Amino acid sequence: MRIILHIWRQRNAAEKGRMVRYEVPTVSEHMSFLEMLDVLNEDLIVKGEDPVAFDHDCREGICGMCGCMVNGVSHGPLPGTTLCQLHMRHFKDGDELYLEPWRARAFPVVKDLVVDRTAFDRLIAAGGFISAATGSAPDGNAIPVPKENAERSMDAAACIGCGACVAMCPNASASLFMAAKIAHLGLLPQGHPEREQRVVAMVAQARQELFGSCTNIGECEAVCPKEIKLSVIALMNREFLRAKWTGRAGLVDD
Amino acid sequence: MELDSKCPTGPIETRWDRHRFNLKLVNPANKRKHTIIVVGTGLAGGSAAASLAELGYNVKCFCFQDSARRAHSIAAQGGINAAKNYHNDGDSVYRLFYDTVKGGDFRSRESNVYRLAQISLNIIDQCVAQGVPFAREYSGYLDNRSFGGAQVSRTFYARGQTGQQLLLGAYQALERQIGTGQVQMFPRTEMLDLIVIDGRARGIVTRNLITGSVESHLAETVVLGTGGYGNVYYLSTNAKGCNATAIWRAHKRGALFANPCFTQIHPTCIPVSGEYQSKLTLMSESLRNDGRVWVPLKKGDHRPASQIPENERDYFLERKYPSFGNLVPRDVASRNAKSACDEGRGVGESGLAVYLDFRDAIQRLGKPVIKERYGNLFDMYERITGEDPYQAPMRIFPAIHYTMGGLWVDYNLMSTIPGLYVIGEANFSDHGANRLGASALMQGLADGYFVLPNTINDYIAATKLEKIDTAHPAVKEVESQVACVTRRLLEIKGTRSVDSYHRELGKLMWEYCGMSRTAEGLQHALSKIPEMRDRFWHDVKVLGAGEELNQSLEKAGRVADFFELSELICLDALDRNESCGGHFREEYQTAEGEAARDDDRYSYAAAWEFRGVGNPPALHKEPLSFEYVHPTQRSYK
Repeated sequence: MRIILHIWRQRNAAEKGRMVRYEVPTVSEHMSFLEMLDVLNEDLIVKGEDPVAFDHDCREGICGMCGCMVNGVSHGPLPGTTLCQLHMRHFKDGDELYLEPWRARAFPVVKDLVVDRTAFDRLIAAGGFISAATGSAPDGNAIPVPKENAERSMDAAACIGCGACVAMCPNASASLFMAAKIAHLGLLPQGHPEREQRVVAMVAQARQELFGSCTNIGECEAVCPKEIKLSVIALMNREFLRAKWTGRAGLVDD
Repeated sequence: MELDSKCPTGPIETRWDRHRFNLKLVNPANKRKHTIIVVGTGLAGGSAAASLAELGYNVKCFCFQDSARRAHSIAAQGGINAAKNYHNDGDSVYRLFYDTVKGGDFRSRESNVYRLAQISLNIIDQCVAQGVPFAREYSGYLDNRSFGGAQVSRTFYARGQTGQQLLLGAYQALERQIGTGQVQMFPRTEMLDLIVIDGRARGIVTRNLITGSVESHLAETVVLGTGGYGNVYYLSTNAKGCNATAIWRAHKRGALFANPCFTQIHPTCIPVSGEYQSKLTLMSESLRNDGRVWVPLKKGDHRPASQIPENERDYFLERKYPSFGNLVPRDVASRNAKSACDEGRGVGESGLAVYLDFRDAIQRLGKPVIKERYGNLFDMYERITGEDPYQAPMRIFPAIHYTMGGLWVDYNLMSTIPGLYVIGEANFSDHGANRLGASALMQGLADGYFVLPNTINDYIAATKLEKIDTAHPAVKEVESQVACVTRRLLEIKGTRSVDSYHRELGKLMWEYCGMSRTAEGLQHALSKIPEMRDRFWHDVKVLGAGEELNQSLEKAGRVADFFELSELICLDALDRNESCGGHFREEYQTAEGEAARDDDRYSYAAAWEFRGVGNPPALHKEPLSFEYVHPTQRSYK
């Protein structure tokens, strides 16, 4: 089939970008979306035109490196699917697709569809961990974890840090990403000693990174390729209130 | 060159303890005076960087991805082995050691493997403490499942995303250290060369992938945790960015490369669908716990699976290996799938696939149980192929997955360049000629969390190093060589893309140095590679400039290295006139078609020394001795 692409082209962070129209005339239904971009790039290189820069690595939906807006939706139309796992059988001959990079102030464009997501790393560095220095651990079975809690923790831990939630959110909020980490660690007994500091420090960092606030719209949940539930944000809010009531975090005064 | 493995002697149970006691220590106050470079942020690199920083060392950590959390360890699905014997099914450290030495077809070091089995216990504890959400039973205790090559259940798992969860544990530990300033992180930065001064590794030269600037970083020691080289084959289960550049350039600076021909083919991958295919997707080995592998009994039987009656199906693994059945090790399962296809009994459009069937398991356990165990893998299969594996069996075919070979290291994980340590898949040390399932995660974390942080002190404490800065002439020399290669690639301005050359090389390697190899085929490959490499260097088309984000340029450098490394892989395969593990030479097989080792002549690790591109490398042998597990023909019957 033939697919028409309008792709955001921007040489670097300093220059202005624009949409450019391309045609890929030989798309097979078995191709992945990124393989279609490979075919386009191969063609551009032979013609001597600069290939489209896009981030990708594992191409099996787990590294979280790929992603762009397809017709205004993070990772395209298929629910629970990253761009690399989206196959062309979900499109039809003659479809016109608009590809743009993640749009968020906290994710500046590096080139074409590539953005800088290091703000996510700084959120984790602020508190998204359990301080268990190597060598200090008790036996793995010393702390039983109810199966249900382990499952809920795993549901949240499945986040791949791709940024689709931020890109889709009208407020460019990182709440789903942060809350997934807070839920993952907070639902396990190992995560309890640091629960107050964790939530307070991460929320403070998110403000510094200029991520927006959550206004319960739910676009994030709708596009999350790992189907992280909006309820983790409620859990984060409870953890935040708890931290303030107990006063143990002692890190914010607002 | 004399290869000193520095392996301790005496009773194997206490070797690691005694060795650790004999290593020198660095006192906590002095640790902060030292800088360690860690390249790669997978399970090995990430856990090493975090643990070294916790000890108080200054760490500079590098990865080519946009975040340390993206390293390809993240894609490991099935699980991680540990000899906890939580299930009272006869497991022990000794049994894990035994299974791993045997699984590796007697081409690994006993001392290393025993240490790995011992440390497996600590790894699980460490990961649980970090908050890795391992699967639990209703009691709240940790759950286990079985994996290939073992008859006990010792594999810990987090759904089908064990690698992801373990990596996030290491990544979060690393981010904690970045937050305290103990680790300086350099994402989107690729190591392009190693700086060796007075025979010692002193730093690396990197390229910032966004600005293109070439920079030098200096330290007392350099640690490479940069993964394997499976992408030599173009199509593999590796991530697109996985490459051999760091280890290959260290090899060119003097680090010996051991057993390059030991490559692992994973039996259960989704088959190739077309020429545009960019990678192959693995379906976890854990599926073989409940899935049954079969092909039609008759050649060229094109009926849909559901119409082939039971008595016309050949469950060839269960038939040939009744005691291990579908859970034979990877090399055995892959070779048998290939021979079924070679006999014309393959299924699917291309005939290059076998069935992995869950019909019986679904009947026995019900769909909800199968969904709980493998739901995400079934979903992934359906997304890629458009077929529902709950209804029709999966079609699978072997693909390159892991490389057991890598830079040669001693028991301390130090390469033949003093001060250069190599950990995880990048080294050659623990898996011999074949790696068992759920052992890669174990080795990566053992090296990073527990081995390296103990052994690296010894070198730092014992070595007096001259102070150097980036103005040092040797540093400038390496920088200019790196810049020169970049310039050369950009100036070729040929006609074909980097990917087209990579694909061409991959096809050649898969055909002649893949699942089975012959002297004739290898000689053919060895005559083609230099010619192809020459064409690449005259005809590749890399657009753009060096001072910007240029993904073609990044790939070009990596593929240039693959062109050199592939020659060494074939040479090693040709030199090893035996079959063992993942290295199957058609000339050397038993009457039943199993791999025939030649212990009298080849019971050694082949460590190759670089002598210039196009010049034959020099072979150094590290003899292997087996005091505990005596080499026998591996039998899974």
